[in-house]
Amino acid sequence: MPQIFHPSMNTISRASIFGAAFILAGVGGFIWLIFRSSYTTQVGVVRPQPVEFSHEHHVSGLGIDCRYCHTSVETSSFAGIPPTATCMTCHSQIWTDSPKLEVVRASYRTGESIPWTRVHDLPDFAYFDHSIHVAKGVGCVSCHGRVDEMPLMWRAKTLHMEWCVDCHRNPEPHIRPRDKVFSMEPLPAPPAPERDAEPGASNVAIDLMQAHQIASETNCSVCHH
Amino acid sequence: MPSRSPQSARRSARTLAVLPPAALALLALVGCHRDMYDQPRLEPLEKNAFFDDGRSSRPLVEGVVEYGAISPDSVILTGKVNGQLTDELPPELKLDAVLLKRGEQRFNIFCSNCHGRSGDGDGMIVLRGYRKPPTYHSERLRGTPIGHFFDVATNGFGVMPSYASQIPVDDRWAIAAYIRALQLTQYAKVDDLSDAERQQLETQPTAATPTPSAP
Ligand code: HEC
Ligand code: HEC
Ligand code: HEC
Ligand code: HEC
Ligand code: HEC
Ligand code: HEC
Repeated sequence: MPQIFHPSMNTISRASIFGAAFILAGVGGFIWLIFRSSYTTQVGVVRPQPVEFSHEHHVSGLGIDCRYCHTSVETSSFAGIPPTATCMTCHSQIWTDSPKLEVVRASYRTGESIPWTRVHDLPDFAYFDHSIHVAKGVGCVSCHGRVDEMPLMWRAKTLHMEWCVDCHRNPEPHIRPRDKVFSMEPLPAPPAPERDAEPGASNVAIDLMQAHQIASETNCSVCHH
Repeated sequence: MPSRSPQSARRSARTLAVLPPAALALLALVGCHRDMYDQPRLEPLEKNAFFDDGRSSRPLVEGVVEYGAISPDSVILTGKVNGQLTDELPPELKLDAVLLKRGEQRFNIFCSNCHGRSGDGDGMIVLRGYRKPPTYHSERLRGTPIGHFFDVATNGFGVMPSYASQIPVDDRWAIAAYIRALQLTQYAKVDDLSDAERQQLETQPTAATPTPSAP
């Protein structure tokens, strides 16, 4: 009876076992890349919106405070998307015949909602709350990036658990004075702690950590409950 | 190498052949458990097909009023005593630095867009074409009772819209108190100063017009 496999198969099989390690690593790396790519994490991806609402125009151009529109961000878990009436406080008078605002005017006439596309959306098993982050001095810019430079909204961060926990382990560099939470300006770098400074010597960020009574919150039940 | 029967060889070849599709099928299962990502509970403003208009956050039924939101006799909700605008803060609120600070912050968020930070009526939105509001520093508005500012913020005035849905009641009073303070900054009389302050004013004539500190 003839042999099924030619002896050269021995070499080929050895080579392919060796090669398989690389192929597996390659596939693993590829999947990793897909998970980290902006295609899955949506970082930097602009979503189509029913109205071309520009934060750049309204925030840095006109100087409107976030809380004029996102009224509940200080007091509840949900930041709130402004109702059409909020847009109409101004647009009942200005740019009243701009075609870009037709959807807004139609919504005001009929009372139907503007169907904004959600840009940030955590899975339902993770619990997030805006009010505590604002109260403890985490600025909008730490999580949403330079909103004042976005003609249309996009995600600045992955919203992965890793990202939340990274900051929860060491929130110190992100803590601002409470009156700077809504400011988009980056904070001046804290003075580098001097090597031979006495222990307990003052550092702005550490003072804020104490003043705002911040602890490191890394228990699973903080976010999953 | 021990010889094998053709059948078993074919069988193992067949096993080999199903492996890739099986692996693919397994791979397809990964990441397909989305049911916990989108649980059958509604987040605020989430879209939902249950109602015709697609809203899960329901608008109030016409004519429904939140418990305690309307009370014709309450000064803090109406700004009026016996139908007349009140000239004092309602008794629930205390006039202190905390209230004024809060009023300043809220004024700068909600009113300064149009009325300007100093209340002159030249805010950014006015520069872009909104109807110019009257300055707060007129004889008439200096003389109106404080309840008027609360009333305007609550019910709107002329083309100015109501801010009742954006600003809670207490904050509207804080803003009203702050506007009063703002009026004083532009119209303080020498008589209002204490003796020591007046002396200071007279001995330092060059520093008589201090520049307002930036907010
Ligand atoms: C004039 C009103 C207005 C102001 C002021 C405003 N926003 Fe918005 N914001 C909106 C509207 C409308 C949307 C929904 C449309 C969109 O996503 O672009 C939105 C969406 C967002 C979103 C994305 C929500 C989502 O879909 O996940 C973020 C984040 C946000 N705003 C942050 C801010 C921050 C930070 C500020 C202050 C610097 C601010 N906004 C000021 C009106 C406003
Ligand atoms: C405080 C006043 C104010 C509010 C509130 C406001 N806008 Fe505007 N908006 C403006 C002004 C002023 C401009 C013109 C910008 C300029 O001239 O730089 C403008 C411009 C726009 C434009 C561009 C119009 C064009 O033809 O280029 C759009 C779209 C728009 N706004 C949408 C909205 C939406 C949607 C909302 C509600 C979430 C909103 N605005 C709330 C003041 C406002
Ligand atoms: C610690 C990070 C963090 C900070 C700080 C933060 N946000 Fe968010 N924001 C998020 C996350 C995460 C979501 C998505 C929430 C969800 O899906 O439930 C979100 C969602 C939003 C939304 C969409 C509506 C909502 O609540 O889901 C708006 C609007 C918004 N943020 C505005 C703001 C503004 C304005 C500030 C500054 C006061 C701010 N955020 C500060 C992380 C943050
Ligand atoms: C830039 C820093 C930062 C990021 C990013 C961040 N957090 Fe936080 N978070 C804080 C700080 C600071 C506190 C306050 C801790 C304390 O009270 O001591 C906090 C508190 C919380 C609390 C309340 C804890 C309590 O005791 O009730 C929850 C829930 C939470 N964060 C969830 C999240 C989730 C979910 C994410 C990711 C989507 C996230 N955070 C991302 C800084 C951050
Ligand atoms: C600071 C908030 C925070 C803490 C603390 C936290 N998580 Fe998470 N976790 C999240 C967020 C946000 C997500 C969703 C991430 C995403 O959308 O990919 C998540 C996702 C997960 C997932 C699902 C992953 C997936 O892709 O399906 C598991 C499992 C999980 N967390 C377990 C834990 C465990 C175990 C702990 C404690 C060691 C923990 N988490 C602590 C915020 C947190
Ligand atoms: C969108 C621009 C705009 C904003 C924001 C705004 N106002 Fe006005 N306001 C006006 C205009 C315009 C008038 C003049 C109305 C008229 O004469 O038709 C006015 C008039 C007034 C008056 C004078 C009424 C009188 O007796 O003449 C008061 C008081 C007032 N506003 C208070 C406020 C307060 C308090 C806020 C903040 C909660 C506020 N306004 C926010 C545009 C605005």
